[in-house]
Amino acid sequence: MADPMRIRANVVGDTTEVKVLMSHEMETGQRKDSAGKVIPAWHIQNVTATYNGKTVLTAQWGPAVSKNPFLSFKFKGGAKGDKVQISWVDNRGEKRTDEATIA
Amino acid sequence: MSNPRWRAFARIAVLSSSLAVAIVALAQTSAVDEIAKYRAALQDGNPAELWEARGAELWKQPRGPNKVSLEKCDLGLGPGVVKGAYTQLPRYFADADRVMDLETRLVWCMVKLQGFSEADAVKNHFGGPGRKSDNEAFVAFVTSESRGIPMNVAATHPKEQEMYRLGEKMFFFRGGPYDFACASCHGVDNQRIRLQDLPNLTTKEGAQKAYSTWPAYRVSQGELRTFQWRLNDCFRQQRFPELKFTSDASIALTMFLAKNSNGAAYDAPAIKR
Repeated sequence: MADPMRIRANVVGDTTEVKVLMSHEMETGQRKDSAGKVIPAWHIQNVTATYNGKTVLTAQWGPAVSKNPFLSFKFKGGAKGDKVQISWVDNRGEKRTDEATIA
Repeated sequence: MSNPRWRAFARIAVLSSSLAVAIVALAQTSAVDEIAKYRAALQDGNPAELWEARGAELWKQPRGPNKVSLEKCDLGLGPGVVKGAYTQLPRYFADADRVMDLETRLVWCMVKLQGFSEADAVKNHFGGPGRKSDNEAFVAFVTSESRGIPMNVAATHPKEQEMYRLGEKMFFFRGGPYDFACASCHGVDNQRIRLQDLPNLTTKEGAQKAYSTWPAYRVSQGELRTFQWRLNDCFRQQRFPELKFTSDASIALTMFLAKNSNGAAYDAPAIKR
């Protein structure tokens, strides 16, 4: 199973700033291994962020996103103690969901 | 060159070449600044945190044939004390009768406490694509517990002093097909390899800045790299024979650099290009 994400969420004025580190190989499908064979693409495809059950961000990612991606975004509202939930699904169907409390 | 037209041409050529030198110099300093800016931008959201978290989990996990965690591992400050332990390594361990750096000590704990075989404990010490290394995770966790604490390597035990002297000798020892020493690159101020500034490790500031920022997440490799890896890669770049993982040679060099960095506030795992 994939390693957990690291999520930080802080209230700044009337917005909440969320910073997420994800652990993923993000293989592009363009590289070859030492035997010359193409390493199959393996990357996160969909990212969803929800706050109190409401979706605040969705993203479709491709092979251009770096290994171990870092995602930072802001959304209006949010209060200390509330939960932010981030999920991703990769092109192999593997998924991971983690939650953080807004500070 | 009596022809005045030729002379004018020559003057222009000289002028333009000095201009070119100025432009190159400008490009170099600004490239260095840009790399510093790049590092600062990446500092927030350093993926090394992922290794720290994984290491902290693995640390508590019962593993190996004995099914015990590493929580009783003595890193020099007593069994289970991780906070600040890295700032005093390498050191002499009476139980092993050997001077050890962090990675050597971790292997020792995995063998003695968890019952791994020596071969299993050193297996996969540096990770690669699709191949996560437990060693790198442990190192990330342990070093992160020393962040902000000043480096304080005693090197007072005779065996520690011997290691230090050996490390110093190796640092200045020239050899290999390029007739290189560590000091060839790291003994002069303002030396570069391509666009990377090389620290002068013979000065206190140089040693402090370098040692206190390893291990680090290497963006170009997508891996967290330990100090054993750093030395191993220096040896490769010098075309030396491969530096054996946790060998006395690697510990001696670590000892030399760690002691020279005494006083620096430890600030790693860091992030590097």
